[in-house]
Amino acid sequence: MGVTIAAERAEAVRLRARFVEAGAVNVDCAILQPAETLLDLYGEDIRARAYVTQDPARGEVMLRPDFTVPVVQMHMETGAAPSRYTYCGEVFRRQEEHPERASEYFQVGYELFADEAPAQADAEVFALFAETLAPYGLRAVTGDIGILTAAVAGLKTSERRRAALMRHIWRPRRFRALLDRYSGRGPQPASRKALLAAGDPMAGAGPMIGMRTETEIAARIEALRADAAEGPLCDSQVQLIDTLLAVRETCPYALEHLHDIAVDLPGLLPAVDRFERRCEALAARGVDVEALEFEASYGRTSMEYYDGFVFGFLAPQRPDLPPVATGGRYDALTRHLGGGRAAPAVGGVLRPGLLLQLEGRA
Amino acid sequence: MSIKLGVPSKGRLMDKTFDWFGARGVELTRTGSEREYSGAVDGVEGVDLVLLSAGEIPRELAAGRIHLGVTGTDLIREKLVQWDQKVEPLAELGFGQADLIVAVPACWVDVNTLDDLDAAAAAFRARHGFRMRIATKYHRLIRDYLRAGGVADYQLVDSQGATEGTVKNLTAEAIADITSTGETLRANHLKVLEEEPVLRSQATLFRSRMARLNETDRQALRGLTETLGV
Repeated sequence: MGVTIAAERAEAVRLRARFVEAGAVNVDCAILQPAETLLDLYGEDIRARAYVTQDPARGEVMLRPDFTVPVVQMHMETGAAPSRYTYCGEVFRRQEEHPERASEYFQVGYELFADEAPAQADAEVFALFAETLAPYGLRAVTGDIGILTAAVAGLKTSERRRAALMRHIWRPRRFRALLDRYSGRGPQPASRKALLAAGDPMAGAGPMIGMRTETEIAARIEALRADAAEGPLCDSQVQLIDTLLAVRETCPYALEHLHDIAVDLPGLLPAVDRFERRCEALAARGVDVEALEFEASYGRTSMEYYDGFVFGFLAPQRPDLPPVATGGRYDALTRHLGGGRAAPAVGGVLRPGLLLQLEGRA
Repeated sequence: MSIKLGVPSKGRLMDKTFDWFGARGVELTRTGSEREYSGAVDGVEGVDLVLLSAGEIPRELAAGRIHLGVTGTDLIREKLVQWDQKVEPLAELGFGQADLIVAVPACWVDVNTLDDLDAAAAAFRARHGFRMRIATKYHRLIRDYLRAGGVADYQLVDSQGATEGTVKNLTAEAIADITSTGETLRANHLKVLEEEPVLRSQATLFRSRMARLNETDRQALRGLTETLGV
């Protein structure tokens, strides 16, 4: 890589100073984080991406894979909105798929907790990153997970199907498989047909073993029967989702396109309005919205806590590098960590080590 | 100098490996006492036999401490990150066949596919307050497999043996393990999901891509592979 840890740290400190100037309070957090919170949040996949280790007294602990979770926890214990925080420090990521990528690197972050005016908050964070990164000739991409969730919430289908699709918003392949199955495009496995046709599905089931009870099995069979009785999801509904996911143009055109889709999917309107207000707020802060890219499916495969505005800054001259900066809105994460109490928040992180590589100061 | 051939140090796997090499004109034998792990190679020049636990052979190949090794595909894939850059399979030996599979209680009549498993896992978590436990020792392979299959709301729990018993003992809801005949699964009231196995494994002769070779080693390696016809 060629960038020394000392150089990376110095660059991180310099960038953090910029964020302090922008009004953020400097915070820090422990490198060793309790594994349980992160596992509960991300599931088993986090084990492939973070370092889990064992502490004799505390049990499983994790080398922090990011700062967002501990910063949210700290804010929810002590902070009041609006609050702005910045931090810089190493994060640790296992790189099984890409051993050539750094498994230890610095992040500099900016997190804004604001109960009101989400469009203004989104614009403040994005504009700060755009300004900070302006000298590097990066390509900015934006998206909005809230538009996709609004589309799913507005689908003309059962609540059960909407919930299943919502659960897999962040797993595009599984999301697609569910859509195919609900619309009758995917074949039904023979075992499913046999199960639905069986008079007594439990006949020949053998002894009940394990913690999952007969009641739970019966409940799922009931749900499968109800789903089969519901009939296929209308093709036009699937097409709406397909059209929506394919939206990929500059913000003004994307907005126009989404307004068109909302004619057939009125549930989309509030989310499209939020997008429009965000565009206005971005323009007011001097962002060239006319040229800013919007991809409806952007952010779906990253860490699954963003649920609204998402953004990334990529180095077009270095397609081998991961994004230099990423961020977004994560209201649902705060609600989850706050046990139901939310603290609407938007933030982002950038990677000083990658900036140094781009500058050729390696 | 000579090249090193790593072979499982005991049991059926060792006997079958010896048979496979013997049938191709390379005689492998254990030397010394019954309990001493040393061996000899006859029929080719410049090859040393190293007797190792099958589970350690992947690591030794990746480190380049042995040039050739016989072990299961399952162990290579589980233990080596980017395995194909570290070892090259030379020949499948035709024994030690086993599939790595995911199995659930036979009484789960509603669960036959990964799609079902995911739905059951979501409901299980909502009902019991923790993620469905899948007992295995193949953590990396199973995690990749379930991620590709879109299964969420599960957790892996480590089980290094008697994995089929974990469901009955209430320490797991499902298991992922290797099986050849499926008899142990059936005896423990488990059934295999109707999906392609995670992996079809068998004993395989691997060449290390990491081991250094001088000209003499190269000749010895060529002599061995030509004799074996691989």
